[in-house]
Amino acid sequence: MIAAASIAILTTIGIVLSLVFNTVEFFRLYNAWDFFFGVEWAPSFSGRGGASELGVLPLLWGTLYISIVALAVAIPIGLFSAIYLSEYASPRVRAIAKPALEVLAGIPTIVYGLFALLTVGPLLVSVFGEGGYLGVDWQGGGRAVLTAGIVMGMMLIPFVSSLSDDIINAVPQAMRDGSYGLGATQSETIRQVVLPAALPGIVGAILLAASRAIGETMIVVLGAGAAARLSLNPFEAMTTVTAKIVSQLTGDSDFASPEALVAFALGMTLFVLTLGLNVIALYIVRKYREQYD
Amino acid sequence: MTDASVTPTAAPKPNTSLHQTDARTRKRNAAEKRFKAYGIAAILVGVTFLVILAVSIIRSGLPAFTQTVISVPFTLTQEQFDDAESQLFKTKAYSGHFNSALVETLKAEGLEVSADAKAFERILGKTGGTLREFYAENPDKLGQEVDFELSASSRVDGYMNGRVTRENMEDSRFLEKADLDTVDALIEVGIIKEAFNWNFITGADSGVDNPGGAGIGASVVGSFFMMLVVLFLSLPIGVAASIYLEEFAPQNKFTDLIEVNISNLAAVPSIVFGILGLAVFIQFMHLPQSAPLVGGLVLTLMTLPTIIISTRASLKAVPPSIRDAALGVGASKMQAVFHHVLPLAMPGILTGTIIGLAQALGETAPLLLIGMVGFVARGYPDGFIAGFTEPNSAMPAQIYTWAARADVGFYEKAWGGIIILLLFLLTMNILAVILRRRFERRW
Amino acid sequence: MYDQPNLESTVSQNDIKISADKVQVYYGENHAIKDVSVEIEDKTVTAFIGPSGCGKSTFLRTLNRMNDTIDICRVEGNINLDGEDIYDPKVDPVQLRAKVGMVFQKPNPFPKSIYDNIAYGPRIHGLASSKAELDEIVEKSLRRGAIWEEVKDRLHAPGTGLSGGQQQRLCIARAIATEPEVLLMDEPCSALDPIATAQVEELIDELRSRYSVVIVTHSMQQAARVSQKTAFFHLGNLVEYDDTSKIFTNPTDERTESYITGRIG
Ligand SMILES: Nc1ncnc2c1ncn2[C@@H]1O[C@H](COP(=O)(O)OP(=O)(O)OP(=O)(O)O)[C@@H](O)[C@H]1O
Ligand SMILES: [Mg+2]
Repeated sequence: MIAAASIAILTTIGIVLSLVFNTVEFFRLYNAWDFFFGVEWAPSFSGRGGASELGVLPLLWGTLYISIVALAVAIPIGLFSAIYLSEYASPRVRAIAKPALEVLAGIPTIVYGLFALLTVGPLLVSVFGEGGYLGVDWQGGGRAVLTAGIVMGMMLIPFVSSLSDDIINAVPQAMRDGSYGLGATQSETIRQVVLPAALPGIVGAILLAASRAIGETMIVVLGAGAAARLSLNPFEAMTTVTAKIVSQLTGDSDFASPEALVAFALGMTLFVLTLGLNVIALYIVRKYREQYD
Repeated sequence: MTDASVTPTAAPKPNTSLHQTDARTRKRNAAEKRFKAYGIAAILVGVTFLVILAVSIIRSGLPAFTQTVISVPFTLTQEQFDDAESQLFKTKAYSGHFNSALVETLKAEGLEVSADAKAFERILGKTGGTLREFYAENPDKLGQEVDFELSASSRVDGYMNGRVTRENMEDSRFLEKADLDTVDALIEVGIIKEAFNWNFITGADSGVDNPGGAGIGASVVGSFFMMLVVLFLSLPIGVAASIYLEEFAPQNKFTDLIEVNISNLAAVPSIVFGILGLAVFIQFMHLPQSAPLVGGLVLTLMTLPTIIISTRASLKAVPPSIRDAALGVGASKMQAVFHHVLPLAMPGILTGTIIGLAQALGETAPLLLIGMVGFVARGYPDGFIAGFTEPNSAMPAQIYTWAARADVGFYEKAWGGIIILLLFLLTMNILAVILRRRFERRW
Repeated sequence: MYDQPNLESTVSQNDIKISADKVQVYYGENHAIKDVSVEIEDKTVTAFIGPSGCGKSTFLRTLNRMNDTIDICRVEGNINLDGEDIYDPKVDPVQLRAKVGMVFQKPNPFPKSIYDNIAYGPRIHGLASSKAELDEIVEKSLRRGAIWEEVKDRLHAPGTGLSGGQQQRLCIARAIATEPEVLLMDEPCSALDPIATAQVEELIDELRSRYSVVIVTHSMQQAARVSQKTAFFHLGNLVEYDDTSKIFTNPTDERTESYITGRIG
């Protein structure tokens, strides 16, 4: 039984070792400085010769940008849903709406990826693209930061809403009573008493959602595009760390080449980022829970 | 305690009646209404997303389950058979016979169709191969009338589904505008019709230029073998780990470390598990690439934290009185746990396991890294053991491969694959709900 | 001073602030308040006493419609504040609660600074037109809450960092800040130690000069020390309502007597 329990540790060690060994191998072939601070991502395909530019910054930027769009969709919708469900909804509405939102969390990401590629992308093009409803020509192709961001936001709604719902419910009723007793309306109570009280927990929930967004793969592989770009235009295709891990490791480049090994350095970056976010988030949420126990 | 005397009596407030709502309160109530409306709007947006998603899936996916077939009664005589077999391009000869039979049938219906062999090929696909195969296997059918149901080319299929229209198509070697008139005529007399596409459910992946022939069956089998691995590894390991942590583990640095690891692993992106699988199982341990066994191992590591977390919750939910009662009648700690606590926690554990399996079933990214991409799923494995070790794909990876192909005919297959995947997930979740309902805490 | 009933103020010469007539309260099927009629005077401390579950809190909460926040709760009968029916459909409970403030059993400061706790009510009701005015209201309320001296140097520290007794006085000051006319207190001292209790009791006595105060308490001594009027509830009925001195020295109903002497409880 101890052995079974230790598998968790072994898994972590396995992850760390496989990342570290290959990353070190990669940095032997490719300058670490150029990796971390390079603004150009242009791997040459093996056999064709020529040096690859493997700067991580455009990928990090794509990851960050898409995550920001996703959170901009998920936070307001998730938070307001949670507030409505926990403070206003009748038990009947709650019994229907809460599981309906949670279904969104149970859908595999490949489904969202396909939805981004084949439904949302074309839809956005028909609005923002050439000859679209708005008559603007902003979006050239279906794959774009916006496409991936919106769909990923959709996926994250239940993460934000169900965690926030729990957290809002943990705010003691006495706090609300105190506010009502002073003649505050329900929305004043929520905005000025309940939310500030729940804030640390909600921040934790958002960080967890952010870490999900950063680590999400299929939606960006299918919805965001393959071109690494440092741009501010949300209608343009960009790519992310996860998407490049997939493309570098599923091509037929030789495993010892820097073009394949870079995926491990990317994986390492991703692992460190998400782990950091998770540790902070879990810490905040735990502290919050203790406060009201 | 004389602070109160600092300010003399409060200035008398304007005497407001409770029966009149003042302006400020009206404003505040309006803000209240708005705030509530935001909440409703948020939920509606969320639910709308869900509805749009469901509609897209069903509308785009259902056509994958039907197939356009050409059904023609056809008789091949012994002479025609001998003649065809003696030629250099045998299948072409079969096609020729079939085409002229088709033209005859149409004539009988009063339709004059001017189509050459090429046009027939664009509409019907290559019929000769199928015919030749059939008569090679069933020589006794020679000279008899046989009702053939041959699948139409994927463009014609697209025309039937509305994907290809006269407006959006361009003449190509796959289909010309003029062919559509022939197709319309064939539809008219009921020769071209829709039939249930069994091949989609039972078949394997096809080549990149043949979306019509693609089926998901092989990758369903791949998923099945992976789930076997996940089930038979993660359930015992998860339960053993949970029992240890919940019932026996001392409070020390080591168990703390395990706990921290479990909660963090639960949030590690799935693709990182794919990297782990690639580096450890394939590069280091030299397990076969693209094998469901490896996929199952990776998914096991990924689902273990979920299963451990839910198993521990169900162990915690068993009241201490049950342990105490068992210990009180002289059971050892082991016996108390395995004979009394575990059976009571079992429904909860199974529910958690099913949900963990459902998660694993839908996971794509790590499978791509260990080579379980769709085009590997070219056929069924040759046996039970081979099911684990022979290269195969899995449902979500197969869907991904189809979605990434250039021919739009595959999109429909991808959506159809999603319907099948979601049906599996739905079944699993319903099973979990039933389990939970039936065994809801009774103590 | 605190150990005997306020014998000197037994004569009721004050105006009627709240009058309740045949009030019934139901929680679903449970009939929690049965036919209660009572008149609560201005500038007076009225104590509600009675065994646990007899409906003291329930009745107190009907006085500022806090029961509206409980779905299954239903109120019948008439309750007038200054002659106006507070259950009239035209009444906005929000406005009512500004006039009838409430202090709860457990101190419940908001997770904000001391200053913001006090300023909360005035801000939502728009009582201050400038920062200076708000500062003034905060100081005045803290002084009336008898806590100014203790917190004046840390107005921007969180209210949750105070001791239990300080927190409860902060909550009282917070209720005072909205300039209410009636203060309802539900067992305000039950979570406090004897010293903090004495401070709060002293404060309640001072508040009497300005407000009508209704206090629910389980402590007979406390009722005797701080109130001029006492109402005894039993199983949802108002058994006896009279001057505190009368109730404690010469109760009419034998149930009151048994409760006071400790035979029901
Ligand atoms: N929110 C509620 N929902 C349902 N019933 C309630 C609720 N609050 C109180 N009751 C019921 O109403 C009755 C009166 O309760 P109330 O809290 O008013 O008693 P109390 O006199 O304040 O008791 P205590 O001295 O213990 O505070 C009780 O039977 C109680 O069960
Ligand atoms: Mg009470």
